[in-house]
Amino acid sequence: MRGAGTVALYALQESTRRRVFVVVLILTASFLALYAVGTEAAFDVAEDTPSGPALDDKVLTGSTLLGLAMFTTLFLGCVLAVFLTLGAVRGDAERGLLQPLVVRPVGRSALLFGRFLAAAVVCAAYVAAVYGSALVITAVAGGWWPDHPVTPGLGLMAGVVVLAALSLLGSVFLSATANGITLFMVFGAGLAAGLLGQIGDALSVKSLETVAEVSSWVLPFEALYQAGLDDLTSGVSGATGVVVQLGPFGGAQQGGPLLWVWTAVYLAFVGLAARAAFARRDL
Amino acid sequence: MTTAFSCRELEKRYGTTVALGGVDLSVEPGELVGLLGPNGAGKSTLVKIACGLVRASAGSAQVAGAPAGSADARSAIGYLAELFRFPGWLRADELLGLHQRLSGSTGGPAEREELLSLVGLGGDAGTRVEAMSKGMQQRLGIAQALVGAPQLLMLDEPTSALDPVGRRVVRDLLLALKGRGVSVLLNSHLLSEVERVCDRVAILVDGRIVARGSPDELSRPRGVEVEVDGGVRSFPDAERDEVPEIVARLVTGGERVYGVRVLSSTLEDTYLEVVAGADGQPS
Repeated sequence: MRGAGTVALYALQESTRRRVFVVVLILTASFLALYAVGTEAAFDVAEDTPSGPALDDKVLTGSTLLGLAMFTTLFLGCVLAVFLTLGAVRGDAERGLLQPLVVRPVGRSALLFGRFLAAAVVCAAYVAAVYGSALVITAVAGGWWPDHPVTPGLGLMAGVVVLAALSLLGSVFLSATANGITLFMVFGAGLAAGLLGQIGDALSVKSLETVAEVSSWVLPFEALYQAGLDDLTSGVSGATGVVVQLGPFGGAQQGGPLLWVWTAVYLAFVGLAARAAFARRDL
Repeated sequence: MTTAFSCRELEKRYGTTVALGGVDLSVEPGELVGLLGPNGAGKSTLVKIACGLVRASAGSAQVAGAPAGSADARSAIGYLAELFRFPGWLRADELLGLHQRLSGSTGGPAEREELLSLVGLGGDAGTRVEAMSKGMQQRLGIAQALVGAPQLLMLDEPTSALDPVGRRVVRDLLLALKGRGVSVLLNSHLLSEVERVCDRVAILVDGRIVARGSPDELSRPRGVEVEVDGGVRSFPDAERDEVPEIVARLVTGGERVYGVRVLSSTLEDTYLEVVAGADGQPS
């Protein structure tokens, strides 16, 4: 465990020295500033041009904007998770960086776990901070607060941890470039499946719902994201609820304890698979 | 004392390619063994198996009495890969600190300072790896391999990027380590270097050891040359013991002798003969 801690600190030190965090902070601050300006303007427009008595404009605007912020946060978290881990094994081995570390007594499992720990902590903290900021901006700009503000954030945190784990697993088999491409395609496929699920849910198309459900089991980050979106407006009913559900950030699936259990099992499975594959890999 | 390294009938296959075809080798405590061979002979593979970076297909390898690749074995070795790289953002002192933590060394700053001085980098503790020349990085690599006072040092082409002064530093260092009882397995293409420092040499061709022995044993007499009035007379089959008799015979025959040279083959001559013989080429 001490060895894993050493490796995690080394990975964090690398990101700090390479100014990864500085770049991320600057770009994230830019995103949040844009989000603040956009949110303020959107709430102003909604207030000036009411849609009618059947719809709650504040809820509609707030949930859509925060849903958009969740999507962006997950994407930014995915970028961070992938770039922190995409070359952790094969990429570093090809560059000759890994061998001097692997030869040390700490062992391969500790190395892998240390890299995972660093990426998971950084990415989870990052999405928590961005989501929290978006939440506060939305509340300040429009006076709207979601029904369940905490669980969507936890879902995003778990989602990027899953992505970091998948990226580490991929790094055992693939070169850094191939792994990065694969992860972003998997991420895109997951989101596309989620959108198909939403369409299927709205139109009651069973096959699309099945696609979304299977995707959720295979790629739980998508299910966590969808469950988070659903939690934002789970208490909204009537015409407003229907319109929110039909929108791109409506959230087709509900979460629940089983999703969290499955995510934990999934992470354990991915971790064990990565460990077994790394143990057998010639460097 | 336990043998520092031993392997028996060690084999490594990559698909149909045989990298090692049944190698037996041992390195005793305090012994400096040189591993020679052309590119692709299997030298690096042998060292990587000993370090636990590559898994053997058959046979056995032990380091300090523990199976190669085990935590105990890794605790006993220091390793410098042929194609190594250290993170450019690390300072020399930080790199050694990282390896101290990974190897469980309790040497602290004193050990780091001593190792840097030992390789001639005493004044570069604060220099970043990216600011170092290749030769400096190679010397830093040797210092890194010495962290934790390993019983067995595995050096794969440790002087390939060094200038003559740097090579001299490493050569003296190897002899000093030998004096301290450290065993060394040295892979090198620099035959003169191996000849000067190694107690024993093994020549590997196509994954098999085709010659082994001390540098003296591997060097063979190549005759005697005598300088006389008419030029140089060669006696290709003669050995050192026959020199007085040859000189007496020449003097008796009316020749005036100005000088005598006893010729012996260098390790390079033997190496070239053995490698060419193994390849079926004329030497």
